[in-house]
Amino acid sequence: MSRTNKIHLQLSGLEPLLVTEESIFVNVGERTNVTGSRKFLRLIKEEKYEEALDIARNQVEGGAQIIDINMDEGMLDGVHAMTKFLNLIAAEPDIARVPIMIDSSKWEIIEAGLKVIQGKGVVNSISLKEGEQAFIHHAKLIRRYGAAVIVMAFDEVGQADTYERRIEICKRSYDILVNVVQFPAADIIFDPNIFPVGTGMEEHRRNAVDFFKATAWIRENLPLANISGGVSNVSFSFRGNDKVREAMHSAFLYHAIQHGMTMGIVNPEMLEIYDEIDPTLLEYVEDVLLDRRDDATERLLDLAESFKGESKTGEKAVQEWRNGSLQDRLTHSLVKGVDEFIEVDVEEARLQSERAIDVIEVNLMAGMNVVGDLFGSGKMFLPQVVKSARVMKKAVAYLLPFIEAQKDGQSASAGKVLMATVKGDVHDIGKNIVAVVLGCNNFEIIDLGVMVPPERIIETAVRENVDIIGLSGLITPSLDEMVYLAKELDKLNIKIPIMIGGATTSRAHTAVKIAPEYKDTVVHVNDASRAVTVASNLLQAETKANYVKAIREEYDKLRDGYLNRSREKNYHTIAGARQNKRALDWQNFTPVKPNFIGQKTIEVPLEALVDFIDWTPFFQSWQLFGKYPAILNDEVVGTEATKLFTDAQSMLRQMVDEKWVEAKGVFGIFPANTVNDDDIELTDANGNKIAQFLTLRQQSQKTAGAPNIALADFIAPKDSGKQDYMGCFCVTTGFGVDEKAARFEQNLDDYNAIMVKALADRFAEALAEYLHLRVRKEFWGYAADEKLSNSELIAEDYKGIRPAPGYPACPDHLEKPTIFELLDVTNQIGVTLTESMAMWPASSVSGYYFAHPESKYFGLGKIKEDQVADYAQRRGISLEEAMRWLGPNIAD
Amino acid sequence: MSPVEKALQQRILVLDGAMGTMLQRYNFSEEDFRGERFKDFPHPLKGNNDLLSLTQPEAIKDVHAQYFEAGADIVETNTFSGTTIGMADYHMEDLVYELNYESARLAREVADAYTTKNPTQPRFVAGSIGPTNRTASMSPDVNDPGFRAVTFDELRIAYKQQVEALIDGGSDILLVETIFDTLNAKAALFAIEEVKEERHLDIPVMVSGTITDASGRTLSGQTVEAFLISIQHIDLLSIGFNCALGADQLKPYLKRLAHNTTLNISAHPNAGLPNAFGQYDQTPEEMQALIKDYLDDNLINIIGGCCGTTPNHIRLIAEVAAQYQPRKLQTA
Repeated sequence: MSRTNKIHLQLSGLEPLLVTEESIFVNVGERTNVTGSRKFLRLIKEEKYEEALDIARNQVEGGAQIIDINMDEGMLDGVHAMTKFLNLIAAEPDIARVPIMIDSSKWEIIEAGLKVIQGKGVVNSISLKEGEQAFIHHAKLIRRYGAAVIVMAFDEVGQADTYERRIEICKRSYDILVNVVQFPAADIIFDPNIFPVGTGMEEHRRNAVDFFKATAWIRENLPLANISGGVSNVSFSFRGNDKVREAMHSAFLYHAIQHGMTMGIVNPEMLEIYDEIDPTLLEYVEDVLLDRRDDATERLLDLAESFKGESKTGEKAVQEWRNGSLQDRLTHSLVKGVDEFIEVDVEEARLQSERAIDVIEVNLMAGMNVVGDLFGSGKMFLPQVVKSARVMKKAVAYLLPFIEAQKDGQSASAGKVLMATVKGDVHDIGKNIVAVVLGCNNFEIIDLGVMVPPERIIETAVRENVDIIGLSGLITPSLDEMVYLAKELDKLNIKIPIMIGGATTSRAHTAVKIAPEYKDTVVHVNDASRAVTVASNLLQAETKANYVKAIREEYDKLRDGYLNRSREKNYHTIAGARQNKRALDWQNFTPVKPNFIGQKTIEVPLEALVDFIDWTPFFQSWQLFGKYPAILNDEVVGTEATKLFTDAQSMLRQMVDEKWVEAKGVFGIFPANTVNDDDIELTDANGNKIAQFLTLRQQSQKTAGAPNIALADFIAPKDSGKQDYMGCFCVTTGFGVDEKAARFEQNLDDYNAIMVKALADRFAEALAEYLHLRVRKEFWGYAADEKLSNSELIAEDYKGIRPAPGYPACPDHLEKPTIFELLDVTNQIGVTLTESMAMWPASSVSGYYFAHPESKYFGLGKIKEDQVADYAQRRGISLEEAMRWLGPNIAD
Repeated sequence: MSPVEKALQQRILVLDGAMGTMLQRYNFSEEDFRGERFKDFPHPLKGNNDLLSLTQPEAIKDVHAQYFEAGADIVETNTFSGTTIGMADYHMEDLVYELNYESARLAREVADAYTTKNPTQPRFVAGSIGPTNRTASMSPDVNDPGFRAVTFDELRIAYKQQVEALIDGGSDILLVETIFDTLNAKAALFAIEEVKEERHLDIPVMVSGTITDASGRTLSGQTVEAFLISIQHIDLLSIGFNCALGADQLKPYLKRLAHNTTLNISAHPNAGLPNAFGQYDQTPEEMQALIKDYLDDNLINIIGGCCGTTPNHIRLIAEVAAQYQPRKLQTA
């Protein structure tokens, strides 16, 4: 007799959840997922856990029976965020009553989650993708932690996309779990991959049918196993047409449940009641889902058009809005970002107005207020607002000659804002976006551009009598520049509020490091949507005093909290950390001798890079958060993301066809060995030393068994007797970008000015990826037989790494001069370094190559002063200078 | 099948009563707790009952013997606080292995003597694994709900050390008991599974939770059913409840447990609720009547007592238990 009594899937939070034959479909809440919810990501990034908990609570109150929690985002410490959030959930009985689904592609995040939930949750997910050994290892631990598991139909070859592959992989996974791991069969939940139908591609026609068939097969042949999946994928090709999508989701679920699907991730708002679907629509949808006719997709597409007509964007509607009142038409053009009729309508308004300026101050501002309200309430997204601004600029440009002629002075601007990317930094996409958003809210913008020295900022601020100074920066040395500037302004007794923004800035840094240096107000503005509110509050007489006081108090509190918080981290001494290095087995490892040793310059046609582009960060630069391609399908930002993507594609085509930028790079591969624990010595082919890279070592004490890693650990030490190698590179696609952007700006087209920069950044990353591939397969050749798809490349599924100085594994920007000198970068391809070690042009990437199969990306985390002192000595600089360069990484 | 599993098929097994209640009767002084070995130990030791296994082993053996004499089939080792986490209060973390090993060995010695005397009633030793004095899923600081005074890994490591010593000392069973935070118990079960795998051995595991009050939930907020689901991922000999409540208050929760599981069920309730002086005054006869109700309702496979129970309570419980068949398990 079995000593256990499990029959069906049983899960628990504070209360039980039983999934039996009789259960209704189990709905998994999906809003607490940083990859799927822009809002949730923002709250977690800003550590606004209270509000993040509200999202979880709303889902449970809204009927979610399980909540899926995902913290997979590059800029997040996923382990920390998962642990913290689940600990907080545990203190909220109205949330903690349901089971938790721990959703991550990273095992350490899954394990961190398993260590903090008292109930029986679900791991989402594991698969055979990385082979049986890892699969068995993870399954065994999941069982030991006491959780159920979602198994993706994915194996070493790839993701299952046919009926046969689905059942083959699920059967194999099941047999291993049940027979080898002794995993309870009822605790296995298969995700047999829901893929889109109605895409027009022949091979997608059977996607839904194969899912249904596989589901039925699993229920029949793999006893007790459950079936789950993400339903919205199926309607991917009908995004933008909610009516059809809702019908598809309902019909899909209806059939999937009939076939045995038991749980899934479904957005309840994107679901029509099956019985209430228009009968014709239902028939056509089911024709597609069930692959009942050869012309099913075309017929549904045709029918879909007529449903589109019912919604706001159809042809009919386009004609209709032209019949509205003048103000309605102006507002419509601004909100929709349509410039086709703007001049006609503005002219009409001008003829009706006493003064041309009134058109701006009355009509256009009324429209822009609508834009501002929609944006502020999250109903419009950044790309739309930038398009609105473009229309606004066109309208203003049309009116300017008339205003000049009437000569009765100026438009009453909301205030004058100076914007600048600080000295040493060349990144300006974010700054430009804020400038545009402020501009379309009637602020007058003085944009000083990039690499602006502090003297120029101060001089301009005083001369122009600006109301606000906006500072931006992306690389870490820019943080110090901002502190410096605040000190200088304070010395001169200047009293102009400062707004701080940019990727490396934070509320904490602003409060702790910048605000104390300045008597007037310093505010951190984390995204463009807040910039208008902050600027208005700072300038309106009636709000200013209270707002400034509130900010000051908030930052004082934050600073005190920060300084008093004894961060419960323990650190090794640098000597101790070196003792606990990542010890690779060099005796049994022979480094692959590169096919090529030395330095080489390459040029690549842009066309070759298109497939290497990772689009997810592109959307991030527009403040649309979510993974590509899922983001195109996101219920909140999907429509805008799709439009943005379409625009990007067309500019991309032009960039390629008309060769807007050049893609060139230089790389080198050299004999190398680690010396003195943390340094890597490079030699030429004759063994003469030509360079030395200094790496930094993690110092925080980890869980038992986890090493304190430095990049040097991935290169054979000299005393191992093994000759190892390493490489480095610098690539750029930035020459020509600024000129293009300037031309767009002259044409009052900020949207495309930002677009070209964002795309150039993507090309630079793509070139780095492309070159890395060739290095692996060809120039070095250690992975000559590697075969990876593009998505696997983007997911970095290959052997070896290419970490970049200034990023988490090696935050030391002073390594860049070593690379530049070694490869003669400036002479070879023209890229230069600023005094803050930013690369110019901005669309450039540099880094190292490590080939060891065990090498991996990691975050250095905080280091202690003993390592900084040791580093200063190795680098031959003063301790003070070392503290300045490594500042953001030094533990308080 | 282990001997204890075999015995469970034949009869209801009786667990012992309180260890602490019995030790109080000895009125041990600070010097008695210290014994010769710890006479110069720099910290006070009175109240460290687990230490008595080293400094007053005869007293511990005597308590075990009294319970076996009263009819108990299983005695619990004197190791309720025997982890590095529990012993930190006394600065005795280094003694954890020895405390557990010796406690198990003492119980083993007495059990074997009784088995030899009457081989038809084999006696067993359950290694007692307490909850520690820290909670892994609750914050001790109301102003910082995300804070935790102990982590899963810290618990797992501490429990593993205790489990290894309890097995080495001769335990037949491991008893994870007085669980007020399920996450602590999951760390203990994780450690047990690790030891089982490393040593290629199988040892029966009993799990016993604590329903703290009339809310019907554990201290960490789980219902009876949720608790049951959360700890069933490894094979268990039995599941049950102990401590906090008297037999009558505990009964509805045992019924809910029995309704939802085919596992063996254990109960070792307190001798009623404490009176105004913190003492348990439920008489053996009163408790016997309440346990008879359990048996009439077919709820029990293993029965014993917790705080306030004495050999006299156990004698009467054993008498009544002998008249009943164990709860029948439905085959899964």
